[in-house]
Amino acid sequence: MARKISYQQAINEALAQEMRRDSSVFIIGEDVAGGAGAPGEEDAWGGVLGVTKGLYKQFPGRVLDAPLSEIGYVGAAVGAATQGLRPVCELMFVDFAGCCLDQILNQAAKFRYMFGGKAVTPLVMRTMVGAGLRAAAQHSQMLTSLWTHIPGLKVVCPSSPYDAKGLLIQAIRDNDPVIFCEHKLLYSMQGEVPEELYTVPFGEANYLRDGDDITLVTYGRMVHLAMEAAANLARQGIDCEVLDLRTTSPLDEDSILESVEKTGRLVVIDEANPRCSMATDISALVAQKAFAALKGPIEMVTAPHTPVPFSDALEDLYIPTAAKIEAAVHKVIGARSAA
Amino acid sequence: MSTHLSTEQLLHAYEVMRTIRAFEERLHVEFATGEIPGFVHLYAGEEASAAGVMAHLRDSDCIASNHRGHGHCIAKGVDVYGMMAEIYGKKTGVCGGKGGSMHIADLEKGMLGANGIVGAGAPLVAGAALAAKIKGTDDVAVVFFGDGGSNEGAVFEAMNLASIMNLPCIFVAENNGYAEATASNWSVACDHIADRAAGFGMPGVTIDGYDFFAVHEAAGAAIERARSGQGPSLIEVKLTRYYGHFEGDAQTYRAPDEVKNLRETRDCLMQFRQRSTRAGLLSAEQLDQIDARVEDLIEDSVRRAKSDPKPDPAALLSDVYVSYP
Amino acid sequence: MSQIHTLTMPKWGLSMTEGRIDTWLKREGEQINKGDEVLDVETDKISSSVEAPFSGVLRRLIAQPDETLPVGALLAVVVEGEADEAEIDAVVQRFQAEFVPGGDGEQDSGPAPQKIDLGGRTLRYFDLGEGGTPLLLVHGFGGDLNNWLFNHQALAAERRVIALDLPGHGESGKALQRGDLDELSQTVIALLDHLDIQHAHLAGHSMGGAVSLNLARLAPQRVRTLTLIASAGLGREINGDYLQGFVDASNRNALKPQLTQLFSDPGLVTRQMLEDMLKFKRLEGVDSALRQLAAALADGGVQRHDLRAVVAQQPSLVIWGAADAIIPASHAEGLPAEVEILPGQGHMVQMEAAERINQRLAAFLASH
Repeated sequence: MARKISYQQAINEALAQEMRRDSSVFIIGEDVAGGAGAPGEEDAWGGVLGVTKGLYKQFPGRVLDAPLSEIGYVGAAVGAATQGLRPVCELMFVDFAGCCLDQILNQAAKFRYMFGGKAVTPLVMRTMVGAGLRAAAQHSQMLTSLWTHIPGLKVVCPSSPYDAKGLLIQAIRDNDPVIFCEHKLLYSMQGEVPEELYTVPFGEANYLRDGDDITLVTYGRMVHLAMEAAANLARQGIDCEVLDLRTTSPLDEDSILESVEKTGRLVVIDEANPRCSMATDISALVAQKAFAALKGPIEMVTAPHTPVPFSDALEDLYIPTAAKIEAAVHKVIGARSAA
Repeated sequence: MSTHLSTEQLLHAYEVMRTIRAFEERLHVEFATGEIPGFVHLYAGEEASAAGVMAHLRDSDCIASNHRGHGHCIAKGVDVYGMMAEIYGKKTGVCGGKGGSMHIADLEKGMLGANGIVGAGAPLVAGAALAAKIKGTDDVAVVFFGDGGSNEGAVFEAMNLASIMNLPCIFVAENNGYAEATASNWSVACDHIADRAAGFGMPGVTIDGYDFFAVHEAAGAAIERARSGQGPSLIEVKLTRYYGHFEGDAQTYRAPDEVKNLRETRDCLMQFRQRSTRAGLLSAEQLDQIDARVEDLIEDSVRRAKSDPKPDPAALLSDVYVSYP
Repeated sequence: MSQIHTLTMPKWGLSMTEGRIDTWLKREGEQINKGDEVLDVETDKISSSVEAPFSGVLRRLIAQPDETLPVGALLAVVVEGEADEAEIDAVVQRFQAEFVPGGDGEQDSGPAPQKIDLGGRTLRYFDLGEGGTPLLLVHGFGGDLNNWLFNHQALAAERRVIALDLPGHGESGKALQRGDLDELSQTVIALLDHLDIQHAHLAGHSMGGAVSLNLARLAPQRVRTLTLIASAGLGREINGDYLQGFVDASNRNALKPQLTQLFSDPGLVTRQMLEDMLKFKRLEGVDSALRQLAAALADGGVQRHDLRAVVAQQPSLVIWGAADAIIPASHAEGLPAEVEILPGQGHMVQMEAAERINQRLAAFLASH
């Protein structure tokens, strides 16, 4: 377990190891290899940020480039999934959801239910989410609650290389359609990742920090900002418990409620826009089921209700920060002062 | 290329078409009583298309359909009683009552589902064809869509994808002249839907959909192409639907006697009976026997469907997040 | 004669680089004796107490609660005899001026565990120290060579000490063939062969004790002495609920109550320990390996192997915590061996009472 690799490498390794283990797994997407039909290098890209590089040569015939036809190739992946294969399709940016939404929303997500439990659609759709690369409004969204809202889909948001590999292997083996959200800014994050195959279960939040004073619930890249805030707050005598949801669907309600029962205070951190988001979803859940345990109102730290701005000065204001999380904690705790 | 059908195949074809017709005509009557929930979209008049294509398919070949899918389901071998019970929203339905008319599916029979989203079946079928190619079988996949569905981007993307990847699939555009209340000669830019095929690098033909034998021949050629690894094809089948877009549609957008005239002059069942009996291939008695058997089947299906129980409340929450070993 | 001692951050295991001060257990001005627990420290692997390596008065607390300090950093000043504040200041200043975190060259390029291929299977082991008849440390069910975190280095001061990850555990290969005691013992023999070790002292904990006993049964000529710590194979009873519960637990809420049964101080079961154990259990092949071994070890609450007769074959030392909730200390009774029962200690006695165990074991080995 001492070996450290990046989040990106962990995803590549999960794909490679699982494709080696299970011949029904294949990859399809735009430029997942790159160079199709062109005179230069084959596998020129391996994905726009290189996440799938090298797989084209390792697994001939199983890494398929597709034309710019999200409906076409995502739909084809859905169709192939009903025929005993395990496609891992890639939606290059989650912002392109509009281009293929029907095939996920009305087809993949609903087959099992609509067909009376007789259809199995083991599709994984990997997609890039999140702001911070100055990629502007149409390439920087989270859209987590869009997928989470749809019954029949599982939604996975790994925050570390260890989680990325284990959750992706679990997603590929899962017989339901899974939306696998990879945060762009996490690709270069290093972490300890076992060389062997392993899975991380869905619907089980990860406790990154135990604390008695307040619960911080979050997912994805925001996990690291929450931990930074928690370290700063510890020096001020405030003891935070930090939960990484890992999957928003299924959601580990029990862990959220158990933590709030213990601390009595909640701050939810979500990089997505605030209306109808994971933040509001979790706040409502806690307000409904743990109201008696709450010692104060719930605070949410989110992006504003705007598209993602381009200018770095503005984008840095858009994305939540550790300082904003600390301010929210202080607000909830009230008169609690520095030690 | 003319394929000679055996007596058995001819009888089977007739039985398929007669079953579809009887099923749909009965639904037309029953729906009016208000007992059937939701919407139904009847295939009556289009039987030759489903029968002509499906005659060439095996259980391992896949099809996908649209909202007007009863005919395709029956022709592909989905259980008739199970279909009726599904349409009635009963527990014994082929989808447990959870899909309804527009989502009837039976994956074991290679029926990937009727679909409430027109055109959505095209990429799914491309995917099924891709799966067959990856697995190295000679299975094919066929998608049925209408003149309206033919304008959906999903169909264009699927056609392009199927062509560049040389997939064993067949695109069947059932042009019944109307997409809901809009005529196809208004909504389809080119003269024939089949003209689009060339734009996507595959062959396209326009066929008389009232003539079972014409459909059978064209479909046979396209399916043979696909099976032998020569890639996708488009078949436009021109026919009519006797009933409205949905049951309850007054069809005021059609000419007053349009349907009546077509029933009397071009009906596919009538043509089939005439041709096969005149050619001495089948006897009127054989066909009458099939008529009677089908009538009993439909009667029995309706009777059972009406009296079958509705799904248990627990079925509301089942079939999501099932965990597997 | 006065002596001014500097209490520094210990190094527990080779991967430890720093520790976080949890709580001081002694106050400034208090008399402490050698072996007393002076403060609690938490690392990324474990929480434990720093024992005083000397006696005296705790004159100056340097490290503050919640502070994280590197290995070797100054924690406190302990004075035997007389010393004034100015003298203590001078000691502190000199120490801080000269202290370089991680600056010990030996630590930088220190030994690390290695992995070898042993008969088609990966085996990880950790080889420290030199000289004398080698000592082999064999961990228990669900554990790994880090179970000897507080023992390995100390014992390696006197001789060569090798700790291994048994098949199915740690970073050794996870797939088992028969999943029985013989397979594990034979793997240990294969390691001895690979390392060209003809005779070794064996020290086994829990299931590792049964593995060691079984090895002595299979190849008595290879075993110089046997040390059995809270060992399986010496009696009927075993906490079958723990075994089953441990194997079945797939999340932290299910695992925590199991792991707390192992220790006399349940506070030692930290979030990190639970996380590390869950990560181990998620690795491919681990679940089936653990199930196979659990079934081979016991049927419910009854152990399958009776290896008491093997104890008499060679000089043996038996150590147990009186409050062991997994295998009862009564199994130590009536054995032809040196026996030490530590009052109040639980199953993981080699970790919780490390100093005592190390002393006892070193003395035992030295006399054989």
